Amino acid sequence: MLELKNISFEVSEEISQKEIVRDISLTVEDHKFVVITGPNGSGKSTLAKLIAGIEKPTSGRIILDGVDITEMSITQRANLGVGFAFQQPVRFKGLEVLDLLRIASGRPLTAADACEYLVEVGLCARDYIRREVNASLSGGELKRIEIATLLARESKLSVFDEPEAGIDLWSFQNLIQVFERMRRKNQNGSIVIISHQERILNIADEIVVVADGHIADRGKKEQILPGLLGTSSARNLCAGNRE
Amino acid sequence: MLDAIQKRLLAEVADLHEVPEGAYHIRANGETSEKNTTANIDIISKQDVSGIDIHIKPGTKKESLHIPVVLSNSGIRETVYNDFYIGEDADVVIVAGCGIDNCGGQDSEHDGIHRFYVGKNAKVKYVEKHYGSGDGEGKRILNPGTELYLEEGSFMEMEMVQIKGVDSTDRKTTAKLAAGARLIVRERLMTHGSQQAYSSYEVELNGEGAGADIVSRSVAREDSYQKFDSRIIGNVPCSGHTECDAIIMDQARVLAVPQLEANHVDAALIHEAAIGKIAGEQLVKLMTLGLTETEAEEQIINGFLK
Repeated sequence: MLELKNISFEVSEEISQKEIVRDISLTVEDHKFVVITGPNGSGKSTLAKLIAGIEKPTSGRIILDGVDITEMSITQRANLGVGFAFQQPVRFKGLEVLDLLRIASGRPLTAADACEYLVEVGLCARDYIRREVNASLSGGELKRIEIATLLARESKLSVFDEPEAGIDLWSFQNLIQVFERMRRKNQNGSIVIISHQERILNIADEIVVVADGHIADRGKKEQILPGLLGTSSARNLCAGNRE
Repeated sequence: MLDAIQKRLLAEVADLHEVPEGAYHIRANGETSEKNTTANIDIISKQDVSGIDIHIKPGTKKESLHIPVVLSNSGIRETVYNDFYIGEDADVVIVAGCGIDNCGGQDSEHDGIHRFYVGKNAKVKYVEKHYGSGDGEGKRILNPGTELYLEEGSFMEMEMVQIKGVDSTDRKTTAKLAAGARLIVRERLMTHGSQQAYSSYEVELNGEGAGADIVSRSVAREDSYQKFDSRIIGNVPCSGHTECDAIIMDQARVLAVPQLEANHVDAALIHEAAIGKIAGEQLVKLMTLGLTETEAEEQIINGFLK
């Protein structure tokens, strides 16, 4: 279980402090699939980075399974079971997909084991396992590899920062299936996705709406989603309602 | 017989744990230590200077030749001339390499001058690794010179690796390619401490359809200095590509000087050069996968130099 207690995050601007996240308190129960949505600039991605430890909150506490992880490094949090998928997956010259999956799993994964994770995200494993994670991969391919690394980690808590960003429509359709499958198969961990895509919101257990740095609304999908449809918090990518 | 230090050097530079199969010539502390020839590969010691002539018969297929050099006594300085005559249609792997262990106070230096005459349609894979160890004050110095003469339709792939322990290196490679010949170079280099590494290539594409691809990946750490100087000259319709990609760390310095000279309208030549530090987001990504910052750095460098 993840608990955010009165989390605030400020950045220094030239003459003043700007508050990106304001006093957010939120609990993500085990086995839950939670989607955090909200307009651009609302602080969603910052919230994801605060959970992963990439940013440290100005105030407030972050508790994972009863342990206060607020002061812990990215590495310590990762080893306690926090997984994080980047909005823009990182490219590495020379590191192969297999290397990345091995690092992610933290054990000497065989190529066959690694392939299973790739199949899970809809990639033909044989074609990818020895590919370098470099600029030769498309945005959609990188995104799926990014998700595969999270699957390989078997984290207690997996946080995905806008998985739909930067991918084409066809890849998006596949991505939805990947998340649907993850949701069905998910036995142990909880999943938090930052997204404003209607189809991702549609598979959530719970939706949290963030606006202007604080929680504007939260509840079960059935309660929240109808009110969001047609707003920038629930875009329909397939209807061409893209930015 | 080789001692333990020499065996360790051999394992580093030639992946050899025992005496290799096929043809070989092992040079230890300035003298021929062990040697074996085959029906197709002959090795003859030079009379006038240090070094060997290697003759590979035309049509020799799937054979390998190992010619490692190990220096374990401090203060040896040697220049060795090795000439390779590779017959037409041959297809061979040649593994060279030099390991220096210097525990003494005097500099140890090995300057290997290699000349390759690659016959028509022959294929050569050449691997050269350099390695230094030992905690003596004496420097470990390697200055290899390589001259390549590639005849029509021949193909040469060179893998040059220098990852550790060589204090100073000045590598010069020149190549002349006839029609349809192709040259691929993959250089990997890491320097640390106050090491200095210079690497220069001058490749002349003289025959129609000749092609060269020279790629260097390097990591410069601490106070080390690297200079990569790669020049491709296209005199005919041909294609050439050179690339220098360097990761810079600490107070290291890197100078990349790619040069292209086209003397024909159909000479298609490209160069790329990039020098930069490890991207912060790469470190963060690997840290979210449970690595410490130092472990992440190692993984990124290992992958880059793989």
